[in-house]
Amino acid sequence: MIYAAGIDVGSTQTKGIILNDKFEIIARALTDTGAYVTRAAERCFVEALQASAVKREDVTYVVGTGYGRYKVTFGDAQITEISCHARGASYLFPNTRTVIDMGGQDAKGIKIGIDGDVKDFVMNDKCAAGTGRFLASAAEALGMGLGDIGEISLKAKNPVRLTTVCTVFVESDIMSYLAQGKKTKDILGGVHSAIAARTISLIRRVGIEPEVTFTGGVSLNIGMVRALEQKLGMKLNVSPDSHFVGALGASIFALERATKAVSSFESQVSSPTRNPKLETRNLDREVT
Amino acid sequence: MAETAAAEKTQYQGQMHLLQKEMMGRYFERVTRAAEKSEGKAVYMLISGNPVELIQAFDLIPVYPEIDALQLAVKKSALPFILKAEELGYSMDNCAYVKADVGLFLGDRKTPFATIPLPSLILCNYVGCNVYLQWFEHLAEYCDGQLYNLDIPFLRDPSGQPSPEDITYVVRQLEEVIEICERLTGKKLDYARLKGIVSRSSETGEMWSRIKALTKNIPSPFDAYFDSVTMMAPLYCLRGTEEGVRFFETALKEMEEKVRMGVGPLPEERFRFVIEGPPPWPYLRTFRDLFSKWGAVAVASTYSTVGGLWEFGFRHDANHPLESIAQHMLQWNVTNRNFLQRYQQIRRYVEEWHADALVIHSVKSCRLFSAGQGDMREYFTKELNVPTLLIESDIEDPRYFSEAQLKNRIDAFFESLEHKKIVRAGGEAGGAA
Repeated sequence: MIYAAGIDVGSTQTKGIILNDKFEIIARALTDTGAYVTRAAERCFVEALQASAVKREDVTYVVGTGYGRYKVTFGDAQITEISCHARGASYLFPNTRTVIDMGGQDAKGIKIGIDGDVKDFVMNDKCAAGTGRFLASAAEALGMGLGDIGEISLKAKNPVRLTTVCTVFVESDIMSYLAQGKKTKDILGGVHSAIAARTISLIRRVGIEPEVTFTGGVSLNIGMVRALEQKLGMKLNVSPDSHFVGALGASIFALERATKAVSSFESQVSSPTRNPKLETRNLDREVT
Repeated sequence: MAETAAAEKTQYQGQMHLLQKEMMGRYFERVTRAAEKSEGKAVYMLISGNPVELIQAFDLIPVYPEIDALQLAVKKSALPFILKAEELGYSMDNCAYVKADVGLFLGDRKTPFATIPLPSLILCNYVGCNVYLQWFEHLAEYCDGQLYNLDIPFLRDPSGQPSPEDITYVVRQLEEVIEICERLTGKKLDYARLKGIVSRSSETGEMWSRIKALTKNIPSPFDAYFDSVTMMAPLYCLRGTEEGVRFFETALKEMEEKVRMGVGPLPEERFRFVIEGPPPWPYLRTFRDLFSKWGAVAVASTYSTVGGLWEFGFRHDANHPLESIAQHMLQWNVTNRNFLQRYQQIRRYVEEWHADALVIHSVKSCRLFSAGQGDMREYFTKELNVPTLLIESDIEDPRYFSEAQLKNRIDAFFESLEHKKIVRAGGEAGGAA
């Protein structure tokens, strides 16, 4: 049995997925990235192995993705999370043509083709507006948990109009609304609405074509899902595995490479004149 | 994913690079002698459509504050000067070329590459950028120096041509500049000498144009962004001189030889791209490596045309020196052209230089040059179906360079190009991932 793994080392959290040779997810793992990125990647992999009861040596190929992809020291290859999110999203929802990915520090729009390839992408530039970090700052300013603010935002009756989408200044903006006696739910309604508007204007640069799949940690926030749906006027695909889409895409690339590597090895065995080292190197390039 | 290419650390140096170092070294020695021993007089100028021929005709020393600023950035010593200017009240959002130069100007003007002399004349030869205009006005005020603003009208006619009145308007101003230089040097303009200089500029333009056409070859013999910048310094500082001609003769010969041998700047050319926008000088090598890793070579760049656009036929005319200098300033440099002309320039590059993609490097310092690049991305991606990547950092300020962010975007872009290549190649490549 061949197994393959994808490890997505994000700025906030590290996610891991192990696939069996039928492209079935057999384990997930999630851990905070923290300051020791290599250790976080290793910890995540070990947790995924434990969850799946697969032995380390049975995992044929590992792909690292995310900002810390080069810190996945046990990985066989590194692929950006843009390619991985595209691949993962089209695995979960095969009709996906647009991916909205909101992570800890990034907001991305990815336009994808029928086989999950990246046609075009845009990302937020040098600014954390529209990312998980913005929501975390808002939650902190209100003394609430990041996991709760989405639900509360849905109860907003008169959402405030935020004057800034700056992650640094949002706290003082919120303080000013609190001082005016605005309700927490209305402030949160405004926060989600502002971020949804900003994200959509970013994604429009690649063109929004249905179906749209929402991925990344922020997709767990129901308030953001609804705010985006309302502004886009369409339903979004959101999977319980949305948070793991980068790792999932990485594991799919890994499994495809593992399968190729095995068949290539078999053909080398049957054809001794070939240089196996050269084959492996060329293969790496071809299957990218 | 193409990580094998990354393993081979590329040495980009060639004969042309070494000769440039030697010649620019001599140029900076001359600049330093003017500052420290009062040997010669300096004229400050701007790169865009520079009329260096006039300055050479009077044996004045052309000094470009932009080159000084970018050299500071390359030597990783710009930030203290930028911070000094910010302390004086220059805004965080202000052009960092201006800030680095102002910080330098108000100190002892010593840099790791030269001591910069005070100007005998501050010749603001490009007024398309309001910030630049004020930059030179500030310098003039700081040193109580002589300032002349050469008012060059933008190309505003849909034909993209200057009017005869535009030419006359600029020529009259050049005549005023000549009078100023005559007073400054105590010498009358030697018109025959000016014609000789303009003739050498024409020769230089011809060779530079031929060099730039060589990157149409596959593989391209040099990188039209990262290696072109090496040729741009002699183009601005030595144009019109014998030494400048010798530099371009050597460069042309070397590049033609590379074409004959079928070698390029990288062990393998896997992608060809056109690039728009100036480079991030503080991290030039790091930035180059982000592309080299993918076997990506720039085959054309708009940045290499800021000082002059020769590859589409313009040559200085020794029989009409002032008129041809005026034409160069008005029409034949990318910064004085309208945005649609820039679109067409890039389009020609993509088509005639056989490029796979366009990369736009937007810089925070220069909103004038960068404004509209979002639309440019739309135009090339959606209307022409050219894969386009828009990335952002800065020309001068190291605080705006985020390697992780740039790397992520560049890697993702080439991953998708690689995928397209495999799909195009069909089953031969062993199946798409």
